[in-house]
Amino acid sequence: MFETLILILDATLRVSTPLILAALAGLFSERSGIVDIGLEGKLLGGAFAAAAAASVFGSAWIGLLFAIAASVSLALIHGFACITHRGDHIVSGVAINTIVAGLTVTLGLDWFSQGGQTPSLTGAERFTPITLPFADQLADVPVLGLIYSELLSGHNILVYGAFLMVPLTYWIVFKTRFGLRLRAVGENPHAVDTAGISVAWVRYRAVIICGVLCGIAGAYLSTAHNAGFLKDMSAGKGYMALAALIFGKWKPVPVLLACLLFGFLDAVAVRLQGVSLPGIGEVPVQAIEVLPYVLTVLLLAGFIGKAVGPKAIGKPYVKERA
Amino acid sequence: MSQAKVPVWVNVGLIPLFNISLAFLASALVFWAIGENPIEAAGYLLYGAFGYDEGIGYTLYYATNLIFTGLAVSVAFKAGLFNIGGEGQAYIGGLGVGLVCLWFDSSLPLLLIVPLAIVGGALFGAAWAYIPAYLQARRGSHIVITTIMFNFIASSLMVYLMVNWLKQEGLMSPISRTFEESAWLPYLHDLLAPFGIDIGDSPLNLAFVLALVCCVLYWGLVWHTRWGYQLRTVGTNPTAAQYAGIDNAKVTIWVMLISGGLAGLVGVNEIMGVNHSLLLNFTAGYGFAGIAVALMGRNHPVGIILAALLFGALYQGGGELAFEIPTITPEIVVVIQGLVILFSGALENMFKDKIEGLFLRRAAA
Repeated sequence: MFETLILILDATLRVSTPLILAALAGLFSERSGIVDIGLEGKLLGGAFAAAAAASVFGSAWIGLLFAIAASVSLALIHGFACITHRGDHIVSGVAINTIVAGLTVTLGLDWFSQGGQTPSLTGAERFTPITLPFADQLADVPVLGLIYSELLSGHNILVYGAFLMVPLTYWIVFKTRFGLRLRAVGENPHAVDTAGISVAWVRYRAVIICGVLCGIAGAYLSTAHNAGFLKDMSAGKGYMALAALIFGKWKPVPVLLACLLFGFLDAVAVRLQGVSLPGIGEVPVQAIEVLPYVLTVLLLAGFIGKAVGPKAIGKPYVKERA
Repeated sequence: MSQAKVPVWVNVGLIPLFNISLAFLASALVFWAIGENPIEAAGYLLYGAFGYDEGIGYTLYYATNLIFTGLAVSVAFKAGLFNIGGEGQAYIGGLGVGLVCLWFDSSLPLLLIVPLAIVGGALFGAAWAYIPAYLQARRGSHIVITTIMFNFIASSLMVYLMVNWLKQEGLMSPISRTFEESAWLPYLHDLLAPFGIDIGDSPLNLAFVLALVCCVLYWGLVWHTRWGYQLRTVGTNPTAAQYAGIDNAKVTIWVMLISGGLAGLVGVNEIMGVNHSLLLNFTAGYGFAGIAVALMGRNHPVGIILAALLFGALYQGGGELAFEIPTITPEIVVVIQGLVILFSGALENMFKDKIEGLFLRRAAA
């Protein structure tokens, strides 16, 4: 029983990682007032770029760089439309998601001739698990040994990176000057402008950070969690990250907890496939899969707490003249 | 100078056309990047879509779905709402159509099943839009997020229902039994054959006529009724609407019901007209494509029909293109669709000021 639990929690960490990175990406963007439903597209674009570059150059790290570059380019298109040209944030996000969904398959077929997939990645083309010090020696220690060797050890660097990003994000957003300005442009851009700070430049930096994090999340999907790019492999994770961002009320630690909860539900759903629980019978997998979305709707409806986003979110900032 | 006005044709004609040209130019660059000649590709596309009778039939069949979802997105836009849940509403609408067909196909004549199925599809689609609408109107939850969530919920619900309840016994894949032929919406080629008109075999069916009827109803409703006036007022200026005594919340809920109902009619075309059984994933992205159709069609029924024809032609021609040039996937059509959303939606202001300025200066001179 305990071992099963550890295995489920272990899977939870692996499933949550892209959610955490993408949700923190969304946090930077949305805290600055830029709605980002294009997380999904950036994730998918990053996954494709990472797998393609890793396969061509034979290195997962080069793949990661390309993923970040691809995702940041998409983020800049979003910024160009929303910040510079006062376009609708939602429309721009939908455009990015649609373009990437088609473009990854189109380019994939042209470059690799494998029906839109990339070649499967092996060896240094992937991020491999890291065994923490003494993990093997401690494996036999009761309870703690299993937790250390199975749950905490044996993940790849991106998983640890994602968890480190949470305190880092907290520090940037709440303890630095840039973070203060970031939150200010999301709440009251006029005040920031009055203080002589460029609203556009703060927001551009926010969407660039968003692009970087989405790129890492995408690289995780194709070069760490899986071994290559598959059509539509982000499979709604960007939207789920958006749900986690709202569920965590745009705050780093609650967002982390929301991602872990959603990841846990996913891991449980896989485990419970076809299993009959005592007293309840067989729980339909779909009922568990759907919980993150249902919970987010309930939260938005104000039935479990209240989610209030940044005040100026989704509104273009037009500098007043005269 | 401030009195000078930009001519109407610039705003409704020139600027949209300019933006769409940019989208196609960008699409041409994509073709060029994968080493294909864009003009040659466009030739195949056009031939596939309009070159022969069956091709035209397929184009119109795809356009039917896109008219429904385009109108759905558009009517919500008119009230200032972004209904991104067309996909889920179409899915659940199809469920409604399918259930009507499965229940009544052996007991009722086609003449009765058709209206029942239309009502069923529209009601189920509307019901799926009702909850996000209610939450937006009464509890202030953002409709974009809730409709996205409802797309995923719809998808899980359909998998559950198909696998556990509606699947035909003995089949591996989750498909319901095929409806009796008395519940098949007639194909247009079958209807026209007795008159000696041969349009070639294609999935084009009566749902296309229904889509055109919906366009007329949409036009009448939005521009020629008191209710349509309320709707447009809420969309243009909600504060003014409230002062004028319009119940914004009520309008929000009603317009979303209509929007969901329109999206639900995709089921009439797909389930009753073509597949003749309930199955998974028949919506195939039409709900999202509706956003592109509505944006490109400038939220006007005539524009929506034209845009739906264009995208229908891309869907059909894209298949032809992939057949002629095996290194191209039909997915390239999705790229074009995305570029249209980007240039005529998100970047619509990019050249607006410059073009308008040009005409203002000319008018002033």
